[in-house]
Amino acid sequence: MSGEVILRTKGLTKRFGGLVAVNNIGFDVNAGEILGLIGPNGSGKSTVMQLIMGIHKPTAGEVLLGGENVAGWPPHRIARHGIGIVFQHSRPLHRQTVLENIKLALLPDSLIKLAADPHVDRQAREIAERVGLGAVINRHPSTLAFADLRRIEMAKAIARDPKVVLVDEPFAGLAADEVKVFSDLIRDFRNDGRAVLLVDHNVKSVSALADRVFAMYLGERVTEGTAEEVMQNETVRRVYLGGKIETIQKDEAESEAKPPLLEVRGVKAFYGKAQALDNVSIEVKEGQFISVVGLNGAGKTTLFNAISGLVPYQGEIRFAGETLRGKTAGAIGRAGVVQCPETRELFTDMTVRENLDLGGYHMPPAETAKQLAWMFELFPILNSRQNQRAGTLSGGEQQMLAIARALMMQPKLLILDEPTLGLAPVILEQLSKALELLRQTTSITVLLGEQNVTFALPHADRVYVLEHSRIIWEGKPQRFAEEMGAGYL
Amino acid sequence: MIKIARSPLLWFAVIAIAVAALLPLWVSGYILGILTVAYYYGVFSMAWDLLFGFAGEVNFGPTFLIGLGAYGAALLDNAGLGVPLSMIGGTVAALVGGLMLALPALRMRGPYFGLVTLVAVLILQNVIVIFAHFTGGEIGMTVADVLSIDTNVNYWYALGFMVVCGIILFGLSRSALGLILQASGQDPIEAQALGFNVTKHKLAAFCISAIFSGLTGTMLVFYMGAASVGTIVDISIGVQIIIAAVLGGRRTILGGVIGAIFLILATEFLRPLGQLNTFVVSGVALLVILFFPDGMFGYLLRRGERG
Repeated sequence: MSGEVILRTKGLTKRFGGLVAVNNIGFDVNAGEILGLIGPNGSGKSTVMQLIMGIHKPTAGEVLLGGENVAGWPPHRIARHGIGIVFQHSRPLHRQTVLENIKLALLPDSLIKLAADPHVDRQAREIAERVGLGAVINRHPSTLAFADLRRIEMAKAIARDPKVVLVDEPFAGLAADEVKVFSDLIRDFRNDGRAVLLVDHNVKSVSALADRVFAMYLGERVTEGTAEEVMQNETVRRVYLGGKIETIQKDEAESEAKPPLLEVRGVKAFYGKAQALDNVSIEVKEGQFISVVGLNGAGKTTLFNAISGLVPYQGEIRFAGETLRGKTAGAIGRAGVVQCPETRELFTDMTVRENLDLGGYHMPPAETAKQLAWMFELFPILNSRQNQRAGTLSGGEQQMLAIARALMMQPKLLILDEPTLGLAPVILEQLSKALELLRQTTSITVLLGEQNVTFALPHADRVYVLEHSRIIWEGKPQRFAEEMGAGYL
Repeated sequence: MIKIARSPLLWFAVIAIAVAALLPLWVSGYILGILTVAYYYGVFSMAWDLLFGFAGEVNFGPTFLIGLGAYGAALLDNAGLGVPLSMIGGTVAALVGGLMLALPALRMRGPYFGLVTLVAVLILQNVIVIFAHFTGGEIGMTVADVLSIDTNVNYWYALGFMVVCGIILFGLSRSALGLILQASGQDPIEAQALGFNVTKHKLAAFCISAIFSGLTGTMLVFYMGAASVGTIVDISIGVQIIIAAVLGGRRTILGGVIGAIFLILATEFLRPLGQLNTFVVSGVALLVILFFPDGMFGYLLRRGERG
């Protein structure tokens, strides 16, 4: 099936400041071949894609397109040289029709060509037919379904007639039958003899499509091979499932007997036309530690943002017996729901101490001092870093600071959204210890969202598994391994 | 072609231009004078919208380009070059000055381009005051020639000029170049990934905007017979141009004309209110921007799109 090498990366490396996002990555993609590039969030796979496209310039290494090194070229030159990209988010021109959006991709990069060549119109119509947009060709994007918006992105990539197609999360937000249609479109790329690079979070979603899979973790190559081989790989299993899943025995009867602090019932949420939450219900009792696990894009962050009043939703969310509907994000925060977002949102130009002080701003000074002392007990490293600018901390320290700042606000419910994002295993252990200490020393209620199961399970009283915007499993962490283990990867 | 001929917009525009051309038959010279200025402002707003609405770059200093054109033409005319050559010279001055500004500024991200254009206006103002010996400084300078001494002729010049500029700028906005510009303005990364040199296209938009702003500046100075900081370069003039464009409708080009005529006529008709007139007009402009962010013309277009 596979022909000559079209795209080859060699020693591709990218540093952002002190952070090594991509380290010495090298792979080949042949003509008529689909390579799946997988890795959990923060593994650097998207950065690799951006390096190939030229959106970021690599710190070192080569991107060879048909033998020519295009690393460091501006994106428009790389695009003209034969690399196309299908973005995950569709951002069409809204004032233009579907047809005009496709025509755009067929235009030359010229200032003086004011009218499109006549063949452009015919070509655009053919491409629209091919991706299944024939019926809506004269409509405006705002009137289209989500899958059709993705089809426009697909059509634009086809129009560019690239030798290499990069596809970012091809199936995000699509229903099962639509996944089939898009899989066929991607297979068509292969049948046309193009080299295809699929970038996704997990092996499962690309295994049916990819000829080979290249797995990354923390910027490094983990393994390469067929989908089955990669799924068997020890490191891959550890990255996604964790090694041995340990759980801490707790007095369940006691924790389940408490009154519920947070009740989420039948919540649905949409981003434009993409459904992010579908009938999600969870319950958190006072003092419990509840984990919501799910791969990236499953809907965890949307769920937390709905609870925090940051995204509109249908359904009911109650906190301490009162409905949160109609309350502003600020009011919800003051009621005691504090979210520690995955993006951390630190004030990077302020010192560690200033960040913490801002968290405790609403309290009397004596209280703040007490709270601060407790934070330094939980996270000793922050004590020695008090006067350092938050932006200069390592990823792990930043995460600790983000959690500490959230705790300074004395939350009743602490929501931690993917605290392990992009952190090295040794940091995870420190973080895990701090969470355990938090559990033992306070009666705080915690809702944790994670894709790293090993991290999420040990502390949890109960676990929910979120997949494709639905809760597909709920139960004790002890039962997770036997009931969910294999299906999760 | 048939599609264009069927467009209600075209017929509406033809009727509006015909009515405007016949206005001198009914309307006083005073009103004609106001409309003449409004038409020139309309071109300023259209040129500004090409840069903001399409290329996505906010130019807070349209009067920098206008001022270069106007003062350039005025200086050349006083040097004895005559009206046509002075107009060309002024336009070239605006283009060159604009390029000198845009080449470094367009490389910056976010609001910095806008800030650079704002500072450029202040610098131009200062240069004019410092070289008062040539430019008349704060008092202003008169030019030796005018377009015409007849109010009606001046009015028709302005109307004709606006119509021609409108056709060119609107045509550009609907051309392949306009499509690429919109893509570059809305999502530069995606536009680049589609193979378009975003910087090149934005620079082209800036040059086009500079040429039309500068040329209109020279027209204005030969209409008024004088150039002064307060009537041509001042930041408040730039703000009016921007408000007119937004009021009329971002990304519509023609909306700028409607916005400018509305803004200037309303200010004039409310003059009996004394100082309150600008207050009322600004209030109306604020309400339109808050509740119809697409602008007056944009709102009508958008309704057509949904249907």
